[in-house]
Amino acid sequence: MPLDNVTPKPSPQQAPEGMLSDGPDWTFDLLSQYEKEIDRVAKLYKLDIYPNQIEIITAEQMMDAYASIGMPINYTHWSFGKKFISTEQGYRRGQMGLAYEIVINSDPCISYLMEENTITMQALVMAHACYGHNSFFKGNYLFKTWTDASSIIDYLVFAKKYIADCEEKYGIEDVESVLDSCHALMNYGVDRYKRPSKISMAEERARQTQRAEYLQSQINDLWRTLPKEHTEKKVKEVRFPSEPQENILYFIEKNAPLLEPWQRELVRIVRKVSQYFYPQKQTQVMNEGWACFWHYHILNHLYDEGKVSDSFIMEFLHSHTSVVSQPEYNSPYYSGINPYALGFAMFMDIKRMCTEPTEEDYEHMPDIAGKDWLETVHFAMQNFKDESFISQFLSPKVMRDFKLFAVHDDEQKTYIEVSAIHDEMGYRQIREKLSAQYNLSNLEPNIQVYNVDMRGDRSLTLRYVPHNKIPLGESRHEVLKHLHRLWGFDVKIEEEQTDGSVKTLARCPNEFT
Amino acid sequence: MAHFIDRRLNSKGKSTVNRQRFLRRYKKQIKGSVADAIGQRSVTDVDSGESITIPKRDVSEPVFHTGKGGVRDMVHPGNDQFTRGDRIERPEDNEGGGGSGQGDASDQGEGQDEFSFQISKDEYLDLLFDDLELPNLKKTQYNKVVQYETYRAGYQTDGNPANLDIVRSLKGSVARRIALTAGKKRAIKEAQQKIAAFKADTHEHPIEIAALELEIEALQQRIKRVPFIDTFDLRFKNYDKRPIPTSKAVMFCLMDVSGSMDQATKEVAKRFYILLYLFLTRNYKDVDVVYIRHHTQAKEVDEQEFFYSQETGGTIVSSALKLMDQIVQERYDSQEWNIYAAQASDGDNWADDSPTCGELLRKALLPYTRYYAYIEITTRSHQSLWREYESVAQSNGNFAMKHIQDPQDIFPIFRELFKKEQAKQTEG
Repeated sequence: MPLDNVTPKPSPQQAPEGMLSDGPDWTFDLLSQYEKEIDRVAKLYKLDIYPNQIEIITAEQMMDAYASIGMPINYTHWSFGKKFISTEQGYRRGQMGLAYEIVINSDPCISYLMEENTITMQALVMAHACYGHNSFFKGNYLFKTWTDASSIIDYLVFAKKYIADCEEKYGIEDVESVLDSCHALMNYGVDRYKRPSKISMAEERARQTQRAEYLQSQINDLWRTLPKEHTEKKVKEVRFPSEPQENILYFIEKNAPLLEPWQRELVRIVRKVSQYFYPQKQTQVMNEGWACFWHYHILNHLYDEGKVSDSFIMEFLHSHTSVVSQPEYNSPYYSGINPYALGFAMFMDIKRMCTEPTEEDYEHMPDIAGKDWLETVHFAMQNFKDESFISQFLSPKVMRDFKLFAVHDDEQKTYIEVSAIHDEMGYRQIREKLSAQYNLSNLEPNIQVYNVDMRGDRSLTLRYVPHNKIPLGESRHEVLKHLHRLWGFDVKIEEEQTDGSVKTLARCPNEFT
Repeated sequence: MAHFIDRRLNSKGKSTVNRQRFLRRYKKQIKGSVADAIGQRSVTDVDSGESITIPKRDVSEPVFHTGKGGVRDMVHPGNDQFTRGDRIERPEDNEGGGGSGQGDASDQGEGQDEFSFQISKDEYLDLLFDDLELPNLKKTQYNKVVQYETYRAGYQTDGNPANLDIVRSLKGSVARRIALTAGKKRAIKEAQQKIAAFKADTHEHPIEIAALELEIEALQQRIKRVPFIDTFDLRFKNYDKRPIPTSKAVMFCLMDVSGSMDQATKEVAKRFYILLYLFLTRNYKDVDVVYIRHHTQAKEVDEQEFFYSQETGGTIVSSALKLMDQIVQERYDSQEWNIYAAQASDGDNWADDSPTCGELLRKALLPYTRYYAYIEITTRSHQSLWREYESVAQSNGNFAMKHIQDPQDIFPIFRELFKKEQAKQTEG
């Protein structure tokens, strides 16, 4: 805040014709004026968006939103309370600031603006969330295929009500314990390759009862193990499932022998929510980069037109710069690559390659250099996820600007080694490694449902296939307890080692037998 | 066109349910933390919330994650000195220089060992006084009803004109009039129909018509005589009184301030009084506190003087008991007030005085006191007062005594004094 603002309300200089007030306080009137201008500019740049629903909330409500994983409505669970408490603690002590905005991939696209923001911040946030993120949600192929923006709120309403009903019927504790177990396996409740069907709340409700009954009958059939003596069929060694299943929660929902129908439904709800967030995990760099790219362009466009004041643009640039700054590896603030910084730099560089291509660009990025920039950035936004986006568009210039270097860390050796730097020989390698760094399947342990001992003790076997010899963390023992609760019979997890042999990592119960 | 919604006025506590779920789930740990805290807490902030710490492993939500080791490749920004092939000693802390911001590393890294957070004053007090209750409260509610509230209790046929319910009375009047005149009106109607029939007849029937008209006349007279309103119709609002349990309590704090009571002992006593006060305010709407301090003489004082002024001299406990009795007689009618007393002392008393104290308690104070708690704060052996009080405790259920040796004892002893009756019985 400028210190010379001693007078209660410094009368703003007579704004030139057509210039919007730069506040700093905002009013609803002013917000909609800005929104109108932003909307006009966004259309010039062909941003295709869901209708916006912009909600003004307080800091405390923002923390509420944080706690319920950003959704405006969610079912009740103690872990959200824990999240809320720790967010609140962090905020109170000043350890963390709150996001200026939260935006939800829904149709209409709901964005939350904090009331504490100045008008400049509100404009920045509107351009960023309501036009940047919003168009990303609508345009990117992952969101298009995997999530259904129009039904998510409906679905959560259904889920909340269903879970509340279950609590009333079966007791809070029973419901909570099932949810605990599902949450432990939430990352394994995602179909990575198979597209889920879209479903609305009405259908969901109507189908729920039917599904419950049907599933239960299927389960019983699966476990009908009474031997039929007259047909002494030869026992074939069939594995079940016939192929390893990556979606553990789905497997549980469909096959766990002892779950009640309502418990299956809870598993399904957690699974659906997890699936909904799956694309967001994979498009962090792109999504933030895209939103930053557009708030930067839209607000600068308004400035060029003389719609916003100098002080507005200075305040905006100040915020913008701190958002897209990348601390260096040896800085105390360093905590990995800032997705805002990388994404913004990459989109800006795509534009540069189109408008001012260099020799190098023609050599490395022949498909992009010299093309129409607006079309190219839209194409990039629509058809990639972080992993492929980086391997496709990370140009030598961005690598040089970031001074990227790759470090190879092999546990077997006493040292770590710099395997590539931002030079002619390293560009390809760095691009490849950075891309792999955003490959979700390299980040999350690869664990699949491998076998069920159908003729014996009904035990469930998970198999962990290590990537780069990275072992599975200690938490596996706790997670297995949760899995055991859902499955109802013995569960174990084994590791497939490089020589093809199999080692049991943990079992539940009787860990030591 | 965007749609703006102002949500600021919406309820804030969207996470309240989740928060309560969390507190409920970890009640055991939180209670332990609260019990620990009360021992160390400074006296003055017992009224505020409390910071609660739970070991992190208890609240963790396990998920599968990768462990240390294996082969990792990480890309970092800001190269200022490295070229390809440089070998660097492995940093101690976190392997390969941290995660990619995905947070895997921090799950096992330094992290916090403890999950700590604030609970509000109310939540704190709930936990603090959980499963405690005021002894003999039931008796107050059922036997010693002392206040009444007036409430509407239907209607009655007799009463004060001021309580007359006009609408209700007129309804009665209308009903009565209908009841009394319906038959006659029907008869009139029939007579009129007959007259009409006679008139329509081709023959003349003057005699019959005249008779019928007379009849109608008579009936109309009788209808007229039905009064518009009758005392029979009157309804009066009825008011009744019902007893409500009294919600007023007075707490007597008695403390020995003779030379032998040092500041530390007084602090202990103060904590005990504050706990008692907080506990009473949760059960009664208005709580009066009367501070009586005594050495050889007793005096009613304000809070500041009670806890902090320095006095010397001998000790005559009965002086305070007498003063309390006197104050009760003057200001706190035991029909109206729930009387609690807590006495703190280091056990010193003039040997000759102790039997007098016992006598006073048995005869005067205990009959109208809900609960009388005596705490002796001393590390020495008990003296005549303790023995005298022991005999009082044996014969009176509403008298309790405990021995506190150091500040850590306060809360446990407080809990013991006010433990729920059922819990006490099952234990005993």
